[in-house]
Amino acid sequence: MNNLFNYIDRPSPIHRLTGATKFLCLMLWSFAAMSTFDTRLLLALSIASILMFKVSKIKWKEVSFMIGFASVFLIMNTILQYLFSPQHGTSVYGTCTYVFSGLKGYYAPTYEQLFYVSNYLLKYISTIPIILLFVCTTNPSEFAASLNKIGVKYSIAYSVALALRYIPDVQRQFHEISQAQQARGIEMSKKASPIKRLKAASAILIPLVLSSMDKVEIVSNAMELRGFGKNKKRTWYMGRKFNTFDILAIVICALIVVVAFGLNYLNGSRFYNPFI
Amino acid sequence: MSEPIIRFSNFGFKYNAQSKPTLYDINFEIHSGERVLIAGPSGCGKSTLVHCINGLIPFSYKGEQTGSLTLNGKETKELSLFDVSKSVGTVLQDSDAQFVGLTVAEDIAFALENDCVETEELHKRVEKTAALVDMNKFLTHAPGELSGGQKQRVSMAGIMVDDVDLILFDEPLANLDPKTGKTAIELIDEMQEKTGAAVIIVEHRLEDVLHRKVDRIVLMGEGRIIADMTPDELLSGSFLSDSGIREPLYITALKYAGVEITPNMKPSSIRTLSLGDEDINKVVSWYNETKKSEPSDDEKILLETNGVSFTYDNGHKALYDITMNVKEGEMLAVVGTNGAGKSTFSKVVCGFETNQEGTITLEGKDILPLSIKERADLIGYVMQNPNQMISKVMIYDEAALGLVTRGVPESEIKEKVEKVLKICGLWSFRNWPVSALSFGQKKRVTIASILALEPKIIILDEPTAGQDYRHYTEIMEFLTELNKSGITVIMVTHDMHLMLEYADRAIVFSGGKIIANDTGANILTNREIIEKASLKETSLYELALMCKIESPRDFVSRFIDFERTTQRGARIDE
Amino acid sequence: MKKFSVKTIVATGIGAALFFVLGRFVAIPSGIPNTNISIQYGLLAFIAAVFGPIAGLLAGLIGHFFIDFSYGWGVWWSWVITSAFFGCFVGAGASKLKIEDGEFAVKDIIYFNVVQVIGHLLSWAVIAPILDIVMYQEPANKVFVQGLVSAGVNILATAIVGTLLCIAYAKAKPKQGSLKEEA
Repeated sequence: MNNLFNYIDRPSPIHRLTGATKFLCLMLWSFAAMSTFDTRLLLALSIASILMFKVSKIKWKEVSFMIGFASVFLIMNTILQYLFSPQHGTSVYGTCTYVFSGLKGYYAPTYEQLFYVSNYLLKYISTIPIILLFVCTTNPSEFAASLNKIGVKYSIAYSVALALRYIPDVQRQFHEISQAQQARGIEMSKKASPIKRLKAASAILIPLVLSSMDKVEIVSNAMELRGFGKNKKRTWYMGRKFNTFDILAIVICALIVVVAFGLNYLNGSRFYNPFI
Repeated sequence: MSEPIIRFSNFGFKYNAQSKPTLYDINFEIHSGERVLIAGPSGCGKSTLVHCINGLIPFSYKGEQTGSLTLNGKETKELSLFDVSKSVGTVLQDSDAQFVGLTVAEDIAFALENDCVETEELHKRVEKTAALVDMNKFLTHAPGELSGGQKQRVSMAGIMVDDVDLILFDEPLANLDPKTGKTAIELIDEMQEKTGAAVIIVEHRLEDVLHRKVDRIVLMGEGRIIADMTPDELLSGSFLSDSGIREPLYITALKYAGVEITPNMKPSSIRTLSLGDEDINKVVSWYNETKKSEPSDDEKILLETNGVSFTYDNGHKALYDITMNVKEGEMLAVVGTNGAGKSTFSKVVCGFETNQEGTITLEGKDILPLSIKERADLIGYVMQNPNQMISKVMIYDEAALGLVTRGVPESEIKEKVEKVLKICGLWSFRNWPVSALSFGQKKRVTIASILALEPKIIILDEPTAGQDYRHYTEIMEFLTELNKSGITVIMVTHDMHLMLEYADRAIVFSGGKIIANDTGANILTNREIIEKASLKETSLYELALMCKIESPRDFVSRFIDFERTTQRGARIDE
Repeated sequence: MKKFSVKTIVATGIGAALFFVLGRFVAIPSGIPNTNISIQYGLLAFIAAVFGPIAGLLAGLIGHFFIDFSYGWGVWWSWVITSAFFGCFVGAGASKLKIEDGEFAVKDIIYFNVVQVIGHLLSWAVIAPILDIVMYQEPANKVFVQGLVSAGVNILATAIVGTLLCIAYAKAKPKQGSLKEEA
């Protein structure tokens, strides 16, 4: 089983959706979540995404390490935002209400900033479970077929398949080459200057990349000898037909995008403003 | 007679990038259902010939063609690559590169997908074809989870899923261990019978291919066809030794004994070979005359491992309680199948993998506390593919790299690099870019770069993989010279000839354990070990049985000693 | 002509795989806290210079998408798009180089680096921050500072890793082209 991205095979309604549906829904969903800062919609999406996670029968501990990564990234980014622009909320919502009336000034917390930050976090809370869901319930083998199905040219879709195919090989080779080069005294992690470290990295990269480039010709010959590029279309072993649920899922996600834009229009901006 | 599938007439080919043609005056035919073996040394034009047959020439590689090449009566240059690939299926040497799908099923389906076969039909045909090569239990497996032999089965299924007239195997045995190679030849044979397609096998491991029936052998040399005849006829002449191809070992032994080989003896396989009483007497008297050299026992122990076990992070236990030693000045082979633990063992010894149990000592000193870099000063490691080691453009810089990173003063570096480049026969190339060298020379560069650190032992991973007999001999003679100059050599390999002919001793791994520690001759005449370690009995053993020699084991070792002492030097000068 | 042949498709796929592995598993600390040097941009510049703008665009897009994906933190589209833009820009800018014919002289090295420096500045100091502001409403000063730091680090990485890769590839080329020995 090709399992680069934590695919967990389990019977659930989410698993039964085709890869193309899930990819399209992921795109629509994240597009909706990205385009709006309307708190009500983001809250609804967040709850819905967590519910869907339940439906998929994926267990918390199976994705905890990925959620860990995501949390660190989010916290870092929020802190950075606050450091650079603690008044961002104030400028977005147009009012300035200090949380502590005794504490005023550039870095003093305001309700507007807190509200902005919670909206910002909600955006992620509404999308991260969906991404994890996609990662855990979509067979990577289906990925290329799905891209082709939603209109990406098959040559490009196959590049994606080849990337998935060769990532484990490249990873193993990188490991082997770096061991052999370490034995010759090349080190990247020590306290050398960045330039020295980059040169050391190149000593590992050059054999890795050149031997990968040697492969390009052999692989493309192998593909052409088996008729790749013969027709304008190709079929996929992993291709699946849409059923009612697929269409339903896509329609719902498309509606969410419509709602998001509708709200943006009604609010007069991308933000829902409770301060006025 | 019906129209041949392939017909070359007065065919010649010159690549655009070259001044001289690569193929001259090629005339031969392949008929339906035939099995043809194409052999020849590296550079003889056989890869070009293969490209002409499968259509990569003229569609991917450009050049000038003379004469005619027809496929089922049509000139190939008037077809397209896709037309040709409908009739000719190619199984490439590198089954990893041929495996373009994410899983077994997808890879088998690849050609059909390109033909726009509907998904349901795809599933049916994949299922059926996978069953033919016995891979139907592995449909959802990724290439990383398969052995070399299994990947090759998938490649074959990927070709057979289409009804081709001709299947072309480009060095099918190159990356397989002996037993898997034997199975592969048997499988090719069965597939030929089931599909009725013609089969061309390009391979220089002649003896292994002749394990099953071959109709004709086409021998190539310097762009021409030297011989096109039945295996029995070919083996009766001196064609093979003249063109630097390894003869089957039993043939070589018969020749040493002075037996004249004729086609009626059916020499193409040890199982069909029939010897007259006179011939048998010749073999027996050669055996009696040939002396066995006595091994010396007074060597001192250099490297010693005691109770070494190792488990990978993913929980896979790769080594169980490995206790062994390497003597100073020894040339040791470490053999076993993929996954038997031989590579893990060398990685643990070199310090690439740590967290092992047990002890490893060198000259009595514990080396476990040493870092990967410090261990490299004592034990050098040479990877199988030199392209995966070389990171400098110039030969001199590559050889000097390890010394430079160790902060050795420049004058000393110069001295040491000069010394190793001279040992490796590369001194005259010192200012060349590495890319200008042949594969074998690149291998020497990587060996030089390791030797520059003056290790006590060098470990080589598959030193001769993918090399023809001449280059194989060249590399091995070089390693033997090196060994004589005092460096202890460990070779990790699944090449039985290498172990038999060049190693003083072999250690056999199976399932993470050492199952034998003996001379190559003794190992390859021991049925139980052969079976366990996926090795193959040497045909010398069978020859000895046939001649009723009381100790076949002795026969094998006398043959090897005879080769080493009298023949080997001469072979290189040819 | 660097057209989108099967060879380019394969190079794109393998290029994306390399980009992914370098970006995901190879962390070289830059000295600035929490900022690693992204050597994958050196590789991307090399792939783009050899195989053209479409290969560069797709290798950056696919590789970066997979990196974000495998962390599970959500796809940070503004930066994924910017990686793709960088690959495309270098591919288009360096299309006059003939690295696959074995040519990469000093003037080519300078030209390659001028292209990559402009590419990185445009990508990280202009496009990525603007996309961040438009798509995610991030504060302007934050994203521009982040962008400038990234541009600087990536320029350095590409100047060393990218240039060395191009030199090594160009040097290895003539021998393959002359096809003297058969494997």
